[in-house]
Amino acid sequence: MEIAFYIAGAVAIVATLMVITRHNPVHALLYLNVSLLAHAMLFYLLGASFAALLEIIIYAGAIMVLFIFVVMLLNLGKETAEQERKWLKLKVWAGPTMLAAILFAEFLALVLSSRQSTYSPAVVSPREVAVSLFREYLIGVELAAMLLMAAVVGAAHIGRHKKLVLHRFLKEEKEREEEKQEEMVL
Amino acid sequence: MISLLRSIGLTFLHMFRKRETIQYPEEKIVLHPRWRGRIVLTRDPDGGERCVGCYLCAAACPVDCISLQATEDENGRRYPAFFRINFSRCIFCGYCEEACPTYAIQLTPDFEMGEYNRQNLVYEKEDLLIDSQGKYPGYNYYKVAGLAAGVKGKGEGENEEPPVDIRSLIP
Amino acid sequence: MNEILKYTLMIVIILFTLTTIAAWLIWLERRMLALWQDRYGPNRAGPFGLFIVVADTIKLFFKEDWIPPFAEKAVFVFAPAIVAAAVLLSFVVVPFAPDILVADLDIGLLFFLAMSSLGVYSIVLGGWASNNKYSLLGALRGASQMISYEVFMGLSLMGVVMLSGSFRLTDIVMAQKDLWFVVTQPVAFVLFLTAGIAETHRLPFDIPEAESELVAGFHSEYSGMKFGMFFIGEYLGIILISAMVVTIFFGGWLGPFLPPVVWFTLKTFVFIVFFILLRASLPRPRYDQLMEYGWKIILPIALLNLLVTGAFTLLKN
Repeated sequence: MEIAFYIAGAVAIVATLMVITRHNPVHALLYLNVSLLAHAMLFYLLGASFAALLEIIIYAGAIMVLFIFVVMLLNLGKETAEQERKWLKLKVWAGPTMLAAILFAEFLALVLSSRQSTYSPAVVSPREVAVSLFREYLIGVELAAMLLMAAVVGAAHIGRHKKLVLHRFLKEEKEREEEKQEEMVL
Repeated sequence: MISLLRSIGLTFLHMFRKRETIQYPEEKIVLHPRWRGRIVLTRDPDGGERCVGCYLCAAACPVDCISLQATEDENGRRYPAFFRINFSRCIFCGYCEEACPTYAIQLTPDFEMGEYNRQNLVYEKEDLLIDSQGKYPGYNYYKVAGLAAGVKGKGEGENEEPPVDIRSLIP
Repeated sequence: MNEILKYTLMIVIILFTLTTIAAWLIWLERRMLALWQDRYGPNRAGPFGLFIVVADTIKLFFKEDWIPPFAEKAVFVFAPAIVAAAVLLSFVVVPFAPDILVADLDIGLLFFLAMSSLGVYSIVLGGWASNNKYSLLGALRGASQMISYEVFMGLSLMGVVMLSGSFRLTDIVMAQKDLWFVVTQPVAFVLFLTAGIAETHRLPFDIPEAESELVAGFHSEYSGMKFGMFFIGEYLGIILISAMVVTIFFGGWLGPFLPPVVWFTLKTFVFIVFFILLRASLPRPRYDQLMEYGWKIILPIALLNLLVTGAFTLLKN
């Protein structure tokens, strides 16, 4: 199982690198998706099967679809890819990469010096997740629920139709009917 | 919701209805006599050709699929020297039948005319002419047309001019 | 070693059976539709026209596999594979019988939901990669429809999870030993069935491919076996949803006298035929009607059902 863990980890890293270097946004998003699936695999191998499947359902299955949805609607063509290519010059990414590499080396040194057992899966069942959510982290759950409620109310407010919008044919029909009614009153 | 369930139920009950399909090659469809199918040339009760080569059918044809050449026999009676219908153009509209003054050209209830070679769809006179009087049995053009009905003489009817003397030069 | 061999054999047999049944479903659907429309349907090739499937398959394989020059090639080829793969992966957790199942995951139900949520990608990517306005419209509709109906699908199943106390599908089946969940959770059953039809984009809810408006929707540009993959994926989806309905609400393999697999197959076939009956009888709702129906009616009912079920479970304890 340790081999599977390292394979999934490698896939995640490679896919994430591809996300950064792709010029076409949809390709980048697809690699991001692969990366998320690899993460789900890692979670599963670490024993958190519930978290793994939630990662797939929510991140890979819903949020990424919405991302692709939006990108699809933007109608990004060859020009965007060209622009992206221009931005991805050595001059632009060399500085941040150097700094990140220093941090990574530091992190690697820390991990290697800690000498703890690196891979020790302990299976966490959905029941345990639920119990810990509604016992130890109850306040967090409640706060998140409130936040989501606020978001839902906000979305409902934005999506509210202020007035009835009619098609022009229907509008004419309505006007005619109103005129008729006025005549009837007179 | 109830209307949805009702339509599902009604569709389900169609399971026990009779099927409307006609299993064609084994089971033939019953066509009525006025059905517009393959075009034929019919004959008199005496066995002579009815067609007098007037070209009205060719003129009426909207797709110009009829071509013929009129000629005369030794008695001065007109008949078509050749009569050709290109069935790959024909749209079976029946205008030729309506135009025909002698009931010669008729549409029959037959549609099984499939061919592998397109050239075979061009029917010549020998393919078209049948040994039958078609839809109008007993009708003979030369025995009906231009004859007095036995009630009044020629040119004696109301609003009818006297017959033209074809041998005089006066208009 | 023996264990691995046994599992490999099981996987191969299940895969083979499923794809074969999915192919024959094309014939079944056409015959049943014909029956309900007072016709005969395909009845020429072979006994009862059964060989029409062979003819169709040969035709699909020999068709020119055309990729439009304006399409995004890689994604275009990739998209049809996802739908079949996602649906077939879901079958991993379906318990056909107590000893005929590939993996008895303790999160089986969630696995099914996860895989069905991945199925959206085939529609979205296929529609986008075709680079065609009708395909794109179909993809948009498909994405929004499937994302929203996934929510209700998950929510409607949570009541069952509460009653059985497990995500494991075998546990859910065993919990129905005395009483099927369709009796205790009738609302959840109706909601799940509705969401399932929307999830497989089958006929009353086939707005991603609405022929009368969008040519063929997201797979307008597909031909040959790529189209065949979408086709088979759809029929596999029908089998999957029917099998899940049977597993979750109709006691899975449980039943007297007959062996478990036979019971499971029989029940599943009833639902497959019901799917076809729906296609024969119901008109397609408008896109906005479908979304409104989902968010304004099904979602509150699903939440209410969840609440009531929770209250009952608490009271019983």
